[in-house]
Amino acid sequence: MKAEVAGHGWVTLLYKELLRFWKVSFQTVAAPILTALLYLLIFSHVLEGRVSVYDGRVSYTAFLVPGLVMMSVLQNAFANSSSSLIQSKITGNLIFVLLPPLSATDLFAAYVLGAMVRGIVVGAGVFAVTPLFAPSLLAMPHPFWALAFALAGSAILAMLGLLAGIWADKFDQLAAFQNFIIVPLTFLSGVFYSIHSLPPFWQALSHFNPFFYMIDGFRYGFFGVSDVAPGVSLGIVAAAAGVLAALTLTLLARGWKLRA
Amino acid sequence: MPPAVEVIDVARRFGTVQALAGVDLTVAEGEFFGLLGPNGAGKTTLISILAGLTRADRGTARILGHDVVTDFRVARRSLGVVPQELVFDPFFSVRETLEFQAGYFGLRRQGAWIDEILHHLDLTGKANANMRSLSGGMKRRVLVGQALVHKPPVIVLDEPTAGVDVELRQSLWRFIRKLNRDGHTIILTTHYLEEAEALCGRIAMLKDGRVVALDSTHNLLSRFAGLTCRVASEQMPAAWEARIVRREGANFYVGLANYAELETLLAALRADGIAIDELALEETDLEQVFLRIMKGAEAA
Repeated sequence: MKAEVAGHGWVTLLYKELLRFWKVSFQTVAAPILTALLYLLIFSHVLEGRVSVYDGRVSYTAFLVPGLVMMSVLQNAFANSSSSLIQSKITGNLIFVLLPPLSATDLFAAYVLGAMVRGIVVGAGVFAVTPLFAPSLLAMPHPFWALAFALAGSAILAMLGLLAGIWADKFDQLAAFQNFIIVPLTFLSGVFYSIHSLPPFWQALSHFNPFFYMIDGFRYGFFGVSDVAPGVSLGIVAAAAGVLAALTLTLLARGWKLRA
Repeated sequence: MPPAVEVIDVARRFGTVQALAGVDLTVAEGEFFGLLGPNGAGKTTLISILAGLTRADRGTARILGHDVVTDFRVARRSLGVVPQELVFDPFFSVRETLEFQAGYFGLRRQGAWIDEILHHLDLTGKANANMRSLSGGMKRRVLVGQALVHKPPVIVLDEPTAGVDVELRQSLWRFIRKLNRDGHTIILTTHYLEEAEALCGRIAMLKDGRVVALDSTHNLLSRFAGLTCRVASEQMPAAWEARIVRREGANFYVGLANYAELETLLAALRADGIAIDELALEETDLEQVFLRIMKGAEAA
């Protein structure tokens, strides 16, 4: 009664994670795209012509679009891994992935990649409709920089989501993690403004926010201009990703809050 | 040939509760083994340690010779567990649930085997139904299917028939018996002791995290061979207090070694002037054995 072993369990878990958000794509893809477009409509209508960005070389609407795309990538990557894990923990069906011979690396790979895909899909969805507002953005001077920051940023938020899902015992705790940590770090990262428009104290403080480097580096791909050199930003983002990966893998290997 | 399950001096404490206090147990390949005990005896903790869901504070657990911690991949591949809780993923259909579970074990293209499982569990008509739409009994059957989908040689069923109707229970046991005949080792925990008596060749009884009895079902029943007399009366003679197995309202259940002792009991009741409202005799079954052993363990 032996069955042939073909393939790796983590690939199935990744596929399950993708199917999980795709089955409710109105909620997980369409809704965040609409939210980002509403931000774009309102902020560009109110602030276009009133805010000077990069010494007037870039219109405010064009400046805003990459920020909103990246914000969508980050928030949805976090939402995917965190909600999947906390739902499985609370309903008890996490046992289905704890019983099979999936290692900490297997669980890490499946949850993080699944969340990255959702973040990128939503980000791509936002970007796909924004040329209506800023057609000049299609002529990206450095698309690979933008892609590198989108991948690194989504990976970081996917790992933060995984950590939040492991830590939280109830939805209330997860909401607190999202509303008191993720949302402020995202909104204060320069999505809606260039940090050069801030007073010196807040400018300096922004450099301690790792989300700032993700957004700023991503914008470099669109304009060839950024507040910080893209290589420096990518180095900081990669270092943050490395630390988070080590922490997440350690907790998964120990089974912290997952296995008794 | 290593045993299907080997547990050596396994202990586990949760806060102030000693869930397992040094359990030793061996289950041979092909056995139908019962794990019995009252709530909180440590049955589910022991199963969780075998399944890798809980880590033991000390001791060793092996599935077919593979350590559940150091050789967890092979150990978990060799084990199928039907959990006690009725859990499911509301996003997916029955077939998707089974396909994913097979996939987690690295198994692809299991369509024919999944069809067979669905057939045996009477779920073919519900294959494409969402898990949320199933009744409790159907969800329980899907859990059984998930435990079998990677064709494990050792199957652990933790209260698999809790809340399941009689007809389904019978069909489930037919299927499990067939798996046992096909060579699978079955470990069963249940509160339905008549099921354990009918199915299990050997039984371990746990209480307060310790094994208090471990023998073949036949030997356990023989050890306490005799009769149980149910006497409905206001009280029992003082000399018979120690022979009361349990009391339910006005019913006293008294253990008798043989029919001759019945006369002695009746004489004692007459001598004390105690009126008998009702009296019935029954052969000792596993439930009586279980109660006597648990009572003995309590006294110890």
